Amino acid sequence: MREETLEWHQIGADDAVPRLGARVVETAQGRVAVFRDGTGAVRAIDDACPHRGGPLSEGIVAGTEVSCPLHGMCISLIDGRAIEPDEGEVRVHPVRVVGGVIHLGLVPGARRAAGACSAVREAR
Amino acid sequence: MSARPRLVFVGNGMAGTRALEELLELAPERYDVTVFGDEPHPAYNRILLSPLLAGEASEQEIIVHDRAWYEAHGVRLVSGCRVVAIDRGRRVAVADDGAETPFDRLVLATGASPIMLDIPGRELRGVVSFRSLRDVATMVEHARDGGRAVVIGGGLLGLEAAWGLLRRGMTVTVVHLLDQILERQLDRTASALLQRRLEAEGIAFRMEAETQAILGADRVTGARFSDGSTVGADLVVMAIGIRPNVALARGSSLPCERGVLVNDVMQTYDPRIYALGECVEHRGRTFGLVAPLFDQARVVANQLAEDGYFAYREQPMATRLKVTGIDTLSVGELSATPGAEEIVLSDASRGVYKKVVVREGKITGVVLFGDASDGGYFLDLMRDGVDVTPFRGELLLGRGFVEGAPAAGGEGARLLAAADETRICDCNGVCKATIVATIRAKGLTTLDAVKRHTKAGASCGACSPKVEALLEAVAGAAVERPAVAPMCGCTDLGHDEVRAAITSAGLDRIDAVMTALDWRTPDGCSRCRPALNYYLVCAFPDRPVDDPRSRVVNERVHANIQKDGTYSVVPRMFGGLTTAAELRAIADVVDKYAIPTVKVTGGQRVDLLGVKKEDLPAVWADLGRAGMVSGHAYGKALRTVKTCVGSEWCRYGVQDSTALGVALERMCWGAWAPHKVKLAVSGCPRNCAEATIKDFGVVAIDEGWELHVGGNGGIKVRATDVLCRVATAEAVMEHCGAFLQLYREEARYLERTAHWVERVGIELVRARVVEDAGGRATLHARFLASQAHAQVDPWAERAAGHDAHEFAPLARLADEPWAAE
Ligand code: SRM
Ligand SMILES: Cc1cc2nc3c(=O)[nH]c(=O)nc-3n(C[C@H](O)[C@H](O)[C@H](O)COP(=O)(O)OP(=O)(O)OC[C@H]3O[C@@H](n4cnc5c(N)ncnc54)[C@H](O)[C@@H]3O)c2cc1C
Ligand code: SF4
Ligand code: FES
Repeated sequence: MREETLEWHQIGADDAVPRLGARVVETAQGRVAVFRDGTGAVRAIDDACPHRGGPLSEGIVAGTEVSCPLHGMCISLIDGRAIEPDEGEVRVHPVRVVGGVIHLGLVPGARRAAGACSAVREAR
Repeated sequence: MSARPRLVFVGNGMAGTRALEELLELAPERYDVTVFGDEPHPAYNRILLSPLLAGEASEQEIIVHDRAWYEAHGVRLVSGCRVVAIDRGRRVAVADDGAETPFDRLVLATGASPIMLDIPGRELRGVVSFRSLRDVATMVEHARDGGRAVVIGGGLLGLEAAWGLLRRGMTVTVVHLLDQILERQLDRTASALLQRRLEAEGIAFRMEAETQAILGADRVTGARFSDGSTVGADLVVMAIGIRPNVALARGSSLPCERGVLVNDVMQTYDPRIYALGECVEHRGRTFGLVAPLFDQARVVANQLAEDGYFAYREQPMATRLKVTGIDTLSVGELSATPGAEEIVLSDASRGVYKKVVVREGKITGVVLFGDASDGGYFLDLMRDGVDVTPFRGELLLGRGFVEGAPAAGGEGARLLAAADETRICDCNGVCKATIVATIRAKGLTTLDAVKRHTKAGASCGACSPKVEALLEAVAGAAVERPAVAPMCGCTDLGHDEVRAAITSAGLDRIDAVMTALDWRTPDGCSRCRPALNYYLVCAFPDRPVDDPRSRVVNERVHANIQKDGTYSVVPRMFGGLTTAAELRAIADVVDKYAIPTVKVTGGQRVDLLGVKKEDLPAVWADLGRAGMVSGHAYGKALRTVKTCVGSEWCRYGVQDSTALGVALERMCWGAWAPHKVKLAVSGCPRNCAEATIKDFGVVAIDEGWELHVGGNGGIKVRATDVLCRVATAEAVMEHCGAFLQLYREEARYLERTAHWVERVGIELVRARVVEDAGGRATLHARFLASQAHAQVDPWAERAAGHDAHEFAPLARLADEPWAAE
């Protein structure tokens, strides 16, 4: 993803996202979940589990992973991929913290991929 | 690159994986190994798909090796990739992506495929086989919405599928072509007993029915039979048999009949290519159980390691149906043919049936139903060719009878004295000598270690008691019994040990527990954090130990998350009583927030479903104004106290069950527990409040109250055990508080009272809560002390602004210029 195609948005104060917690940002391309992982880093991914769209922002965060509140799929906050043996991925959005404010980078006009549950996908 | 010869495995199923393991054991460095498997997962234990489907095993537990194992052994694993051709001239295996992998030797372990009936509708959504993790995922997916399943095939696989789907909450019909289920494994009597038993569990059978078509436009709606009748279905499972996967071998001009033809050392026509497992045919036989495959794996590994050779010889194999609580076992001849005779024991009232077929004094067949505990004994006698004539009168009563009082040392000593080749584990083909030698050589002291090193007991687990007895006989006092499984992958400690450390060292923060107990991960995981959080909340009720980040979403936001991300709200109605004012407040809230569904629950209160997360605090505020508090329908906490009308109104009632129910709920609400807790009070033994399937149930009797504990009406129904009888309502309250506190302090997280009582025994509960009056009073006092801090309405707190950030987005960016996209 190249910098110049991104639009940066100020979404809130750095301390608004607690460690191992998450907040949601509503955007025109859907809800984005903003986490602070176990390492202290702020990370953002789409707030929709690749399995059945569960709200990942409501999951339990451990290390750099979040487990979905609906059926427990684990997603890496680093690359948005499901942890094996699960399959699937969600979009990761770049984040930076400047002067105590979190900025979220979005690609204007991008759409999220239609998430389908891996079991359903395989069954077809 | 290495100059080692290159070995390619095609197929990463049970046979291929086992051959690889055996080879790595014998000659870890000899080959440069590449393994192809066309399933996306690393190796898993296919046998355990049945318990996985039934919800008795997790996906984690059935994985045999993860990718790290392959890396650690220097084996290249190519999963999700199919080998489409073997060019024997050029000695390369060609994968579906066109990549070519050269080989010096190759092992074919392609297994078998389920046979799918070639009938109209077979391609519809909702038609599945039962073979792979993917199939199970599809079935579980369908079972999520309940619905009806039709299983075609009344063999082992069909019945295990039916059982699993039943356990998942589906209505299940098994369709079978013949008039007898499991006809290849059981005789008529045992089949009939089994069918009756499964019918009693809730499975319906359509016998002698031929499925002619599967109905539906795009997804399954039913099935039609040759007599024209139909049955409705949302899921159709075909379990009518398997066919060896020979296409690849055939395409490479390796001779095949039903399976790939192999000789006694598992070589195909091409001596560089070995084959084993369900894809082969050996001396006219094909295979469908793992025990022979594991024997074959040993032969192949020996061949590849050039370690002398074993030849493969078929052994009698016992089959068992893996349906929890229903024991069956069979081997060999099922019914006497001329020259043989049957010895039968049938005890209809106990539901036990045993038959041994004897020919010239030796056992040639066994059928057991209802009690298969002597299966191993009969199998040993059969394999060893023991003449049973001298004790045939007692034979069916089992080993205990035949051999009299067990010798000193019992089972272990007897096994230790048995012949070296005595089979202990049938699934994995492990004999006594191997187990004994491994225990000694590696100095093993736990059952788990023996399983890991020898594989004995590592598949279906039926032989675990034998393995444990042997371990005890060999290692004696050194044996460690880690009766508790570790809490999760983050630690080796079990729940009880962790809990003991928390209380004895006064560790009152999750990170402090993790540091003190050497957690492997910095923040734990989604399994251990909620458990630790509960242990802290229970141990230190008066300190602010609760960590919302370690609670699952429902408990964090005090509402139940729904499948669409909205929430449900269930206000408490003490004892199931409500008032016009409460109902009016509920009605107003429903109108004001456009709540789509209002439902009366099975717990005697009202559920408001489909509430938007942002609206939750306002909804609670409105309900709170009418005096209502959270019903904790979302928590591992006290749920409901169900009551009946009792003596106040009912012509049979002998005590005021409603008033007692209200008092109990007032005492108990807000209590966090290892799992959810449900109470009920019935006004007479007609028991309209269903108190005998509750965690703590009270049934009024003439002289007072009968107390019940450990019931469960959920996934597996368990009726309560009677705790005791008491005379007064005050005594009920004290016993209840004491029981709940004992459960809160001693049960493991996510263990409901039913499972806890079964684990520790009702005697322990009686000793602590009934017989020890002083102990009871102390437990009860501790309960009340903890409740003083717990009975704060979480809804009122949040309506007043607590955790406000939980309920509002951090930012809304919807008005950006590109929003129109
Ligand atoms: C609402 C209700 C169904 C209804 O419409 O009547 C219900 C709804 C749910 N039940 Fe239940 N159960 C409801 C009464 C029951 C009952 C009957 C009872 O309580 O008298 C049982 C059997 C009795 C028992 O528990 O022993 C019951 C056995 C279960 C189980 C299986 C528990 C078990 O130990 O086997 C689960 C799964 C679990 O807890 O892990 C479950 C789980 C659930 C969950 C929480 C599923 C979930 O995790 O999302 C459902 C939440 C729906 C929602 O969002 O509101 N529900 N559930 C009932 C709420 C009662 C209440 O007022 O609080
Ligand atoms: C639900 C269920 C329950 C069972 N329960 C029991 C039981 O209790 N006791 C018992 O003894 N047996 C049981 N079995 C049978 C047992 O699982 C099988 O006998 C055993 O798995 C066969 O092993 P295999 O390696 O020959 O075949 P598989 O385990 O099927 O492995 C073959 C693998 O090769 C892959 N493959 C095929 N062709 C290719 C190719 N061209 N390229 C790459 N990969 C390929 C397949 O996808 C598969 O993963 C059960 C089976 C099922 C399905
Ligand atoms: S409410 Fe209970 S029974 Fe109904 S679908 Fe949900 S968990 Fe299953
Ligand atoms: S929606 Fe996330 S695991 Fe099912």
